[in-house]
Formats: sequence, structure tokens, C-alpha cells
Amino acid sequence: MLPYKSHNEKITLLKNGSLDLVENVKYFLSEIEKRKSLNCFLEIFSDDVIQNAEIISEKIKTGKAGKLAGMVIAVKDLLSIKGKRMTCGSKFLENFYPIYTATCVQRLLNEDAIIIGKTNLDEFAMGSSNENSAYGIVRNPVNEAYVPGGSSGGSAAAVAAFQCDVAIGTDTGGSIRQPAAFCGVYGLKPTYGRVSRYGLTSFASSFDTIGAFARTTYDVAALMEVISGYDEMDSTSVKYDVDNYSEDIKSFKKFRIGVTSSLIHEAYSPEIKSKWIATIEKLKLLGHEIVYIDLPHSEYSIAAYYILTTAEASSNLARFDGARYAKRSNESKDLSEMYINSRSEGFGAEVKRRIMLGTYVLSSGYYDAYYLKAQKVRRIIKNDFDKCFKQVDAIIIPTTPTPPFKIGEKTENPLEMYLSDIFTTTANLAGIPGISIPVGHSENGLPIGIQLLADQFNESTLLQLSRQLEMYNYL
Amino acid sequence: MNQKYEAVIGLEVHAQLSTITKLFCGCSTSFDAQPNTNVCPICLGHPGVLPVLNKKVVEFAIKLGTALNCGVNHKSIFARKNYFYPDLPKGFQTSQYELPICGYGFMILKDDGEVEKKIGITRIHMEEDAGKSIHDQSGFTFIDVNRCGVPLLEIVSEPDLRSASDAAVYLIKLRQIVQYLDICDGNMEEGSFRCDANVSVRLKGEEKLGTKTEIKNMNSFRNVEKAINFEIERQIEILEDGGLITQQTLLWNADKNEAAPMRSKEEAHDYRYFPEPDLMPVVINKNWEAEIRKLLPELPEAKRERFIKQYNLPLYDADILTQSKAISEYFENTIQFTFDYKLVSNWIMGDVLKILNERKISISDFSIGPQSLGNLLELISTGQISGKIAKDVFMEMLLTKKEAEVIVKEKNLLQISDVTKLENIITDILQRNNSQVKQYLNGEDKVVGFFVGQIMKETKGKANPKTVNELLKQKLNSKRPN
Repeated sequence: MLPYKSHNEKITLLKNGSLDLVENVKYFLSEIEKRKSLNCFLEIFSDDVIQNAEIISEKIKTGKAGKLAGMVIAVKDLLSIKGKRMTCGSKFLENFYPIYTATCVQRLLNEDAIIIGKTNLDEFAMGSSNENSAYGIVRNPVNEAYVPGGSSGGSAAAVAAFQCDVAIGTDTGGSIRQPAAFCGVYGLKPTYGRVSRYGLTSFASSFDTIGAFARTTYDVAALMEVISGYDEMDSTSVKYDVDNYSEDIKSFKKFRIGVTSSLIHEAYSPEIKSKWIATIEKLKLLGHEIVYIDLPHSEYSIAAYYILTTAEASSNLARFDGARYAKRSNESKDLSEMYINSRSEGFGAEVKRRIMLGTYVLSSGYYDAYYLKAQKVRRIIKNDFDKCFKQVDAIIIPTTPTPPFKIGEKTENPLEMYLSDIFTTTANLAGIPGISIPVGHSENGLPIGIQLLADQFNESTLLQLSRQLEMYNYL
Repeated sequence: MNQKYEAVIGLEVHAQLSTITKLFCGCSTSFDAQPNTNVCPICLGHPGVLPVLNKKVVEFAIKLGTALNCGVNHKSIFARKNYFYPDLPKGFQTSQYELPICGYGFMILKDDGEVEKKIGITRIHMEEDAGKSIHDQSGFTFIDVNRCGVPLLEIVSEPDLRSASDAAVYLIKLRQIVQYLDICDGNMEEGSFRCDANVSVRLKGEEKLGTKTEIKNMNSFRNVEKAINFEIERQIEILEDGGLITQQTLLWNADKNEAAPMRSKEEAHDYRYFPEPDLMPVVINKNWEAEIRKLLPELPEAKRERFIKQYNLPLYDADILTQSKAISEYFENTIQFTFDYKLVSNWIMGDVLKILNERKISISDFSIGPQSLGNLLELISTGQISGKIAKDVFMEMLLTKKEAEVIVKEKNLLQISDVTKLENIITDILQRNNSQVKQYLNGEDKVVGFFVGQIMKETKGKANPKTVNELLKQKLNSKRPN
């Protein structure tokens, strides 16, 4: 058992000497070892972490340590760390060692965080169950017969299984919030452009965001505070001041919260619906005002999402061609065979499916009907949100339409799998932040999450509400 | 060319920009580096990298757009052009498609009769270059990624050109402009200024455009002209035989003097253009644009007119001197040291350009600087050496890199203008050549040349020819019987 709940407690214990960082790190390594079956990690930096723990302990003693000193972090294996293998969950990158470090990882290191390893994921972040990894499925720590969600399944499960303090994930259509809900942890997807994407292997450039998993709101806040902010290496990152999240969450500010009936019929599971309603009731009891709003075009979000993200993905993944780095098939007679064989052997089925879909929607003659139309839908959905956020500070909707499903349950039906993103994709289409908050369990003991959405750059609102709900549970 | 037909030609020019760094990363653009050394994760297209636009490229594009009378779009966007090739690391080229940086503009061409033709410029857009594939004889292909991400401007003309020579004039003028703007070195052989041509033919008077073909791989002005003429003739021949033109891409083969179709597989591209999601729209601030316009250098035409007015040069001279910015600057630097503008012009157009052509070098590599040339010509203007001696001194300067004054002094070449000294020499020569004196007195004026030759021989060419002529005539005429 850990003697602390969140990083502010941990740092106090480290400073007063009642917690030894090396022992703490060893504890996490042993937890990883104990539950290897979860398959959360693709790479464990066992030697590095102990060495770093020693160095950072010294820094803490001399009072020179950074904000995240000693925070043990797992990083989704879609982000570059110089010299550390990065697979992106793909066979294609089986032996790929990046030559530079992602901005967001560098910011963590600058604040003396300890990176414990790289976590498993759906190949190139394409999936909602972590069943699409070339390195095996990740299991839900609460019940190993169930999926942990995806694509950041390894990160969510590692946090839930106490294999690290916090984890970095990425969210293109729900890949942080959905696994956070399935594993019963907090998961924040920030505003598009809030965290630099430099070093994040692109899936869909205009949707991809980097965010955090943690067991407490405080840890999400502390982590986001460090990784957020403009980066000159990412032209889509935004020069907009980062709020002091870990201070902000101490406030008990009252908000106007929007409730919408749009899409709610998609919550197939009555358990989800009842948790959603219960959370609304809690918010009322906490003194927040509930306002009914309308998001009339939400039903088009899945279609628009899968057209636009696959289009971008088909182009982003074109660099994996076997010509310069990573996998090259040896059995090729000429250039086009080299391409075909390398890509056929290197990519998994879901990645191929999305590349084909994306190539199709961009093809001449189809572009207007698919890509351009989907862009218009995206704009309309954004407008819907803009209108709502004139009336409310946040919107509450379920994170997922059902509690976690069983491993193998949806693998045969990609469309049904895609529909499990129904509540999450809209935030990525609109570029707004969202957080999944654990609100309890289903009848058979599986975690359920409820989602709050806010206007661009209002992460602070989400974290404040998350903290208030978290406190409520302790009351 | 068959007089029934007219050709319709449009050009697509790629100008490689002379920025210090690449379009989307901080790597150097220099092209004499060892293969694959001017590279970083970004231009190598590694997973997770993102482009950051080089502002200088936008500035260069605005400069060129302004010089070509284009409208500058205050918001333009980048797009991805998707295709697979080993020297294209990302699997797409970042270019502009819809909403390029510059919209419609034009260039005025004058033919020999000074008739003006307006050639429309459809658009100018920014894009990145690909790398180089070097195909080995053993069947291997080597990739050099240094050129990946080097910035290009693509300048697309309207199909307003009507002959191969029109096209060449347009191209020469466009190159002159990019060089004047100091945005591209304009070197066609080295590929920093490349041109593709779209060619079709139609019966004169016909409004409808014929089917066009595209010719690529022409790496000199001469080849552009030859290739277009070849294609015009080829198309006319097909039409005359009752055939139809196939829309295709042809590659010019300079050795064989013919264009052959590219393999259809290579051109069967669907580029799947879509807006580049990794870059924000390029928004141009009006003040910035105005600043760039203000700093625009004098363009070739304006300079030519100024040379005629300010230095009183003939149109012919002004035209040649302003063809290249570097030459025009060399001229203006030289006249800081001597005042005879026409003499300087003659020497640059003659002796200097001759050496440059012979040695295939540019003026910047020419060893005689403007000051050295100016000092040499000043020796002529002030009568210290003759024009003829000056030519020798010039060659000596090239050889030894010494200054004119030094050479003249060392070789004792100062002109003899001393009247008494020359009079003595002339008297002596006339005495020794009595029969020629008689011939002169009998009206054979051409023997004057003989005497001049003798005098020059005696003085080793140093006699001031003007003084010699005057003195000689004076002496000879004094021998006429009264």
C-alpha cells in the first residue's frame, strides 16, 4: 500500500524523510512484476528508475528538486523518448529507437519526474479496447476478463493497478477518457493545442491531444500544469496562459452545468444512465446550477470523426514505407513490392482498415462528398458547443455507452466498436477539453465514468468540478 | 512551324529559395554538403515531428508576388500532396493547393519590335523540395535527404505564351527577377531554377484549347526552347495525320534532342490533397506586407531605364548591363573609380563578359574587382596608357592578380605623350623611310598607317596614338613643297 494519495502528500513524505523514493520506485516495479498478466508495459526502465530515484532523492534533500520531483510516471508508447524503443504498439516499429525526446516528456523530466516505462496501446492509438496491440492485449485490473478500454489502455490500467503514480495518455477520439472510465481512474483530455504534440506519433493531427491519468484530481492537475503550454516546435500549440490548476482546485466555486438529452438514448446501459443522473444530483447538492441544453448535431459525430481521422491517419502513416527506418520486408523484387510487403507485414488489421478508409475518402471524386462534408459537420458541431458554452460552464454526459465489455466481445464488429466512442468523439471534433471522473461501479463491479466537457482552455473548470465530486465521495 | 497552327504554352517554374534554413526546420539548405548531413528528425520525417514555417519563405513569396503584380492572399493554407517515393520521407509533400500565398498577377514581355505582351501569372505557392534519388548502375538506389524540406516557390503561368521563344523570354525574365530580389540563385543546371511546360496546339482562330501535354526535365533555357519546339512539331504532325493528342507527361532527353513519354505508372497519381493539419493558416499582417513592399529592390526594368537616363547609355548597353543584378552592380561599383561610363560599359560588355563566358564563371568569382577595373580604365581616360596596352594589362591582371598601376610601372608601359621625345622619334623614322614619305606626298594617305606602326614598334606601343597622329601629320605636311 502507498502511504500517500496524491503527489502533494508524497512530496511532503519525501521531504520529511518518511518515504524513501528508491523503495517507492521498487514498490511500483514489484507491482508491475506481480501483475504481469495485465500487460500494461511494453518497456520498463528498471535500472534507470532506481538510478534516477537516487539522484532525485539527493535533489529533494538539497531543496533543488522540481515540481514533480519523484512522481513516477508511465508514458504511452506513442511518444518519443530519445534512445528508448518506441513501438506505437506496431510490429512496424519493433526495432525503432527515437533520436529525440517529445516536448511533453522533456517537461516532465525537467521537473524531476521519473519515467518508469512505456505503456501498451492499440496500434498507433487506433482502437477502443487495447485489443489491437501487436504486443498483446491489456487486461482490465478490476476484472481481467474485461478490456481496459483504449487506445491508452496500458496507461489507464497501470494507474488503476498501482504500477505507477500517474500516466501520460493520448486522446484522439476518447482514448484517455474511455479507458479512464473503464479502469476507474481520472482521465483528462485537454483542449486541442494545450499540450505540445511534438514527439507524439501522429494518428489524426487535428484531433490528437496528450493528457493524464491519475487516481486523484490533484495529480491530474499537477501533471497538466507542467505539460501544458505553448511550444515553438508545435505550430498548433497555443500561446495561452496555463492556469494554476493545483491551486484552482481548492476553490468551491459554483458553476452552471449543462445537461443534454442529445445522444442519451445511445447510453444502452441503464447502469450508465443511473450513474449519470446520480452525478447530476450530486452536482445539484454541491450547489451547482443545472441548465438544459441542446447539442442537436451530435449524432453525426461518429461519422464525421471516422472520415476525418482516417483521412489524416492515411497520410500520417505514409512515412512508414520501409524505405528509411523501421521495418522493411526482405522479400521484395522492386520498389512497389517493398512498399506493399513492408506495409502488409508491418501493420495490423485495424490500422489497414483505417488507412484504406482514409485513402478512399480523400480520393479524387470522393473528397467533396466525404472529407469536405465531414469538415462542415465538424464546424457545425463546434458551433453547437460554442452556443452551449455561452449558457453553461460545463456539460455533463456519460463517458461510455456501456460499462467495460469483455475481451473479444466486439472484435468481430468494428462498427459496434466505433460506436463505443459515441460520447467522446465530439470533444475532439470541437477541440474542447473533457475529463472522465470515476463515479462508482456496475452491478458486477466494473468501473463507470462520467464525463464533463468545458469550453476551450477551461481545463480549470473541469478540474474544479472533478475535485468537488471527488471530495463529495469522501463525505 | 506549320502556319495554320498556333501553340498555347504555360509554364510551371520551381524556384529554390536561397534561405539559410529549410522550410520547416532549422537545417541548412546548402547543397554541397555530404549526403544526409543537413538533416534532423523533422526533415527525416521521423514519427512525431511537426513542421514550423520559416517566415523568411513567406517574405520571399510576398516579394516575388509583388514583383509579378500578384495579389497577396492575407490568409493562405498549406496542403499535403500525398504520394509514395523513397526520397519523400513523410510520404507527402507539404505544399499549397487551395488558397496559395499569391493569386493572379502578370508579367509584360516585349518582343524585338518592342510590342508588349501580357503574360498572366495564375498563382505562386510555397512548398518543400523532396530529396534526391541516385540510381546506381548496380541496381541500387541511394537516397540523399539533404534537399528534403528546402523551400521552393512554384510560379504557374497562364497559357498565354504562343511560342518557344516567348517561353524562353518569359523564363529569362522570371529568372532575372528572382535574382534581383535575391531570393533564388536562378541556376538551371544545378536545378535551383526548374521549369515544366504545358504545351498544346490549335488551329489559328480556334478558341478552344487543344489537348495538352506536359514536358519535364529541361535543365537549360536552350533545352526549354528546343523541347517546346519539338513538342509543337510533334503535336502538329499528329493532328495533320488525322490523329489525336494524348494527354501525357513527357521527359525531355537533351542528348537525343527528343521528348519521350514517362511510364504511365509514374504519372497515374491521385495526390489526395487535403489541408495540412499540422500548420496553422498563414496570416499576413498588412503592415508587414507594406514593410516588405517598401524594401523591394529596384527591378530590372526600372534599373535599365535609370541606366539610360543617369549614365547616358544606349538602350543596348543598358539592357545587357542590367540582365544580371550582379553585373549591374559591378558596373555601378566600377564607375565609382572612373567617369567614362561608356568606356566602362564597353569593357564590361566586351572583355569582362568574354572572360566570364570562356571560364563559365559568374561575376562574383571574377578576380578583377570593380575598383581594379575602374583604376585600369582611369589610366586610359587620363591618357596614361592606350586602349591597346590596356588590353594587355587586363590580361596580365587576370594572370598575376596585380593592380593595373603596378603592372604599368613594372613593365614601364606608361604612354609617351612627351611631344619633344615623340618629335625626335618621328623625325628619325621619316628620315629612314624616304620612299614612303614620297608616296605620302604623292597622295597615298594610307602610308600613314605604316608610319604609325613604325613609331609604335619603336616605342613598344607606348606612344600616345592621338599625339602621334597629330605630330606625324604635321611633320609629313611640312615636307610638302610650298
